[in-house]
Amino acid sequence: MRGESLDLKLVSDAINGDRRSIARVLSSLENRSVSLNQIKAQFPLIFTELDTSSWSSIAITGAPGVGKSCLIDKILINWSSKGIKTALLAIDPSSPRTGGALLGDRVRITAIDDEQYKDLIYIRSIATRKSSGSAPLIVSDMVEFLSAIGWQRVIIETVGSGQSEVRCAAITDRIVVVEGPARGDGVQAEKAGLLELADAVIVNKSDISGASQHASEIKESFELGLGQTPPIILTSAISGEGIEVASSVLLELEDTGRSKRAKWRERLLAEYERKILESDKLEDILENLAIGSMSIEDALKILGDD
Amino acid sequence: MRIVVAKPGLDGHDRGAKVVARILRDAGHEVIYTGLRRTAQQIVETVRDEDARFLGLSSLSGAHNHLFPKVCELLVNEGLDDVIVFGGGIIPFEDRDVLFSCGIKAIFGPGTPTAEILDFIVKACEISDAGVGQNGEWYWESSA
Repeated sequence: MRGESLDLKLVSDAINGDRRSIARVLSSLENRSVSLNQIKAQFPLIFTELDTSSWSSIAITGAPGVGKSCLIDKILINWSSKGIKTALLAIDPSSPRTGGALLGDRVRITAIDDEQYKDLIYIRSIATRKSSGSAPLIVSDMVEFLSAIGWQRVIIETVGSGQSEVRCAAITDRIVVVEGPARGDGVQAEKAGLLELADAVIVNKSDISGASQHASEIKESFELGLGQTPPIILTSAISGEGIEVASSVLLELEDTGRSKRAKWRERLLAEYERKILESDKLEDILENLAIGSMSIEDALKILGDD
Repeated sequence: MRIVVAKPGLDGHDRGAKVVARILRDAGHEVIYTGLRRTAQQIVETVRDEDARFLGLSSLSGAHNHLFPKVCELLVNEGLDDVIVFGGGIIPFEDRDVLFSCGIKAIFGPGTPTAEILDFIVKACEISDAGVGQNGEWYWESSA
């Protein structure tokens, strides 16, 4: 798997903007046949010239069906019209049974069909693959590479539920949680979870009744807590209401800082999970656990010593 | 394997494409579905950006002789000559030789057993010059 030699010409072509080479480099990172460190060692300059004045990656997350893809489409159109080069990494789940995946997020993205914008937008569909725990870190390598070769903003669209998606969100500079109307009463907004990590909340489908009430409930919930309340924006991807505001607010979005610890917690867990999943002792340990000749405690001890 | 399943042209019939996408997914492949009514250019750009190894084209409108060769031509122009292309839908046997000569490696008509499509994928991977622009002789003789 690892240690395949780095195709220097391929990486140079990707740096020069050849889309096919970009796609191939991302595949090598995704398949872990090449590591980001290998690329960094050969092309240190592109990584040192990164503009750090603003954020470069943002996660758009939220429950299935709240309209993440449609909203992202509208934001991509808005940002492209301002000349901003944006890459979208759209994550969908792999079947835990077969490892296969149906990646359908592109269906809803129309921005790239526009001749004047298509060079400013790169879309890549990503499956979480069997080792879902390592997906976030692979995505993180892909984000860093895209940023280094000139994609000014990288959006990660997460699946929308489950722990590994929280982790995908946590590897980005900013997190936006998308909500919709009729997502439960005020108590739901009080519950802990993804909202705690949000640097901004977008309540989508404002054309449907209940959206503005839900936005107020979320706002109240934040105001009861400690720290700064993130921007809460009402949008409708269908009517276009609020899209201009949301697009501008997200571009200038500040790190609320409220979620720093939580983000680092997720990153630490993801890194630890990767360590376990990539350990060459894993197969032996699983075998021994299965036949009962090893306890979980012993297994953890062995893995911890790595 | 990363496989793009696409519906070129003005054709709203996507049941077949969805069935094929589903069986490929269940066989462990990563399937990128483009949605309906894509232009040849949009399909080729999707294959390029998604770094897909295979492209499946579905057509039930009768426009396959116009659309499929166009997609193949653009793939080669983009330097994607190693992508393996297959097609399906309502495509009469007498139309197929033209499509094979454009570099398409299989055409599956109605009634094709789904397992046959999976066998094709496995076989095509073993052929060194099955890409759309590699001028290989081989193509899959489908049962329907």
